[in-house]
Amino acid sequence: MVENRPLLTLWSHAVLLAGIALVAFPLYVTFVASTRTLEEILQVPMPLLPGPHLWENYSQVLSSGTTRGATAPVGQMMLNSLVMALVIPLGKMAISVISAFAIVYFRFPLRNFFFWMIFVTLMLPVEVRIIPTFKVIADLGMLNSYAGLTIPLIASATATFLFRQFFMTIPDELAEAARVDGASPMRFFMDVLLPLSKTTMAALFVIQFIYGWNQYLWPLLITTDESMYTSVIGIKRMIVGGDALTEWHLVMATAILAMLPPALVVVLMQKWFVKGLVETEK
Amino acid sequence: MEKRVVFRSAWLPYALVAPQLAITLVFFFWPAGQAVWFSFLQQDAFGLSSEFVGLQNFENLFGDEHYLKSFKITAVFSLLVAFSGIAISLVLATAADRVIRGALAYKTLLIWPYAVAPAVAGVLWAFLFAPSVGIITFVLTKVGVEWNWVLQEDQAMTLVVIASVWKQISYNFLFFLAGLQSVPKSLIEAAAIDGAGPLRRFWTIVFPLLSPTTFFLLVVNIVYAFFETFGVIDATTQGGPAGATQILVYKVYHDGVKSADIGGSSTQSVVLMVIVIALTVAQFRFIERKVQY
Repeated sequence: MVENRPLLTLWSHAVLLAGIALVAFPLYVTFVASTRTLEEILQVPMPLLPGPHLWENYSQVLSSGTTRGATAPVGQMMLNSLVMALVIPLGKMAISVISAFAIVYFRFPLRNFFFWMIFVTLMLPVEVRIIPTFKVIADLGMLNSYAGLTIPLIASATATFLFRQFFMTIPDELAEAARVDGASPMRFFMDVLLPLSKTTMAALFVIQFIYGWNQYLWPLLITTDESMYTSVIGIKRMIVGGDALTEWHLVMATAILAMLPPALVVVLMQKWFVKGLVETEK
Repeated sequence: MEKRVVFRSAWLPYALVAPQLAITLVFFFWPAGQAVWFSFLQQDAFGLSSEFVGLQNFENLFGDEHYLKSFKITAVFSLLVAFSGIAISLVLATAADRVIRGALAYKTLLIWPYAVAPAVAGVLWAFLFAPSVGIITFVLTKVGVEWNWVLQEDQAMTLVVIASVWKQISYNFLFFLAGLQSVPKSLIEAAAIDGAGPLRRFWTIVFPLLSPTTFFLLVVNIVYAFFETFGVIDATTQGGPAGATQILVYKVYHDGVKSADIGGSSTQSVVLMVIVIALTVAQFRFIERKVQY
């Protein structure tokens, strides 16, 4: 702080508190709604203090889901989300770290061409190639399967770039020493590069966990079987149109459940999260 | 930049890049190529045969007033999302940069919405603004605003903008905070000694120095509004009422999946790809400039 201005500091606190209130308000109302019965929510205005039905609502959605719209248990949906949130980051890291290793530590024909092929994928998010990608998955018989949910999202230029950038900062002397000592490239990779990459991997994992958990368009397209829905898709399917028909108390309980794992990851692994966010965007 | 020390092997590097290349080829290049190919074809009414029609699909597309309307809506939507998101986050980040007591708590409480899926953000706000049961609707009705985003076009747009901005604030906030913390304190001190007040210092020193961050966030937010907000829109308005919130990505999905118009949808995909590539190039050119600076 450059100078002491108590009023300005007070103002800053006020702005931040207002910001937090703005950010937290929807969450609070959602939580309140998830502890109430449908009749209580349908009163106008709905009560603004938590009610006594928390356990009832949450255990109902987890074990048996809603009665209208999507009727699959949310427990199963959360499991599907978890599979996406784990397989996508782990798969991405596995294929990216070895391709970055090849691109940085070897000279071989077509190296630049391969690098550009990977680079171009940055420019083609799933959203712009919806129909053809769907067709490819359908042709490969991967609809309604974990393979279909995860593998197409594993290829990523971001992770390859991140590892490439990081490998570039590793001193040449390390590779030189390994070569003098007669270590094979894979030995160098396993014993030197991988241990050094731990922090990069942690940061990448946090970002990609959230990315995987929050996928929407992709599971929406390729899952028609309720038991393959992810929790985010489940919420959408529970809203059946018309305010009075939707079982809002159960939808809101599901929303809280769907937000909880990624929010915990962000809050508890804040350091890695910030590092990952800032670095993957460079 | 290249490594001075490299390993030699005739086959190993190919084996190492193979998994990523295989996935990229099957799930990126093949579908993208098909999108381009389909965009030159026209299917008959039963989807049984298709013929090559050249640029006919593109001509139809840009002659279609619904598509042009969707273009306009996307532009309005993404500018609203980008500008309001950036403005709110900048104010919050400036405040967070100033406070010392409770800084970590504030930061933690502001960044968690990043973890919320766009579709879930849409559902939360749709519930608050629900025409009959929403709590905000209740307040708005009390003050005399007739609120029903299911029927009113402007209100539907307002709803999706609010939900999209809400989700993106935390992201912008973190980048602005990092930017603010890298502004040299000596500059601010010099200005303070010369008698410049906090507002003056902000507009003449801090804001210009933040311009690379601001520009970066502008591009990122526009890309976000173009593509990732699909979840927000699908979970709330589904493009309605009467196409008032049908952004380009939603139209690709709607025409391709719901109306099964493969040629038209692929043509739109190709147009979107061109837009993404332009945005990405803009972003990279800018990053190169920043390196020199």
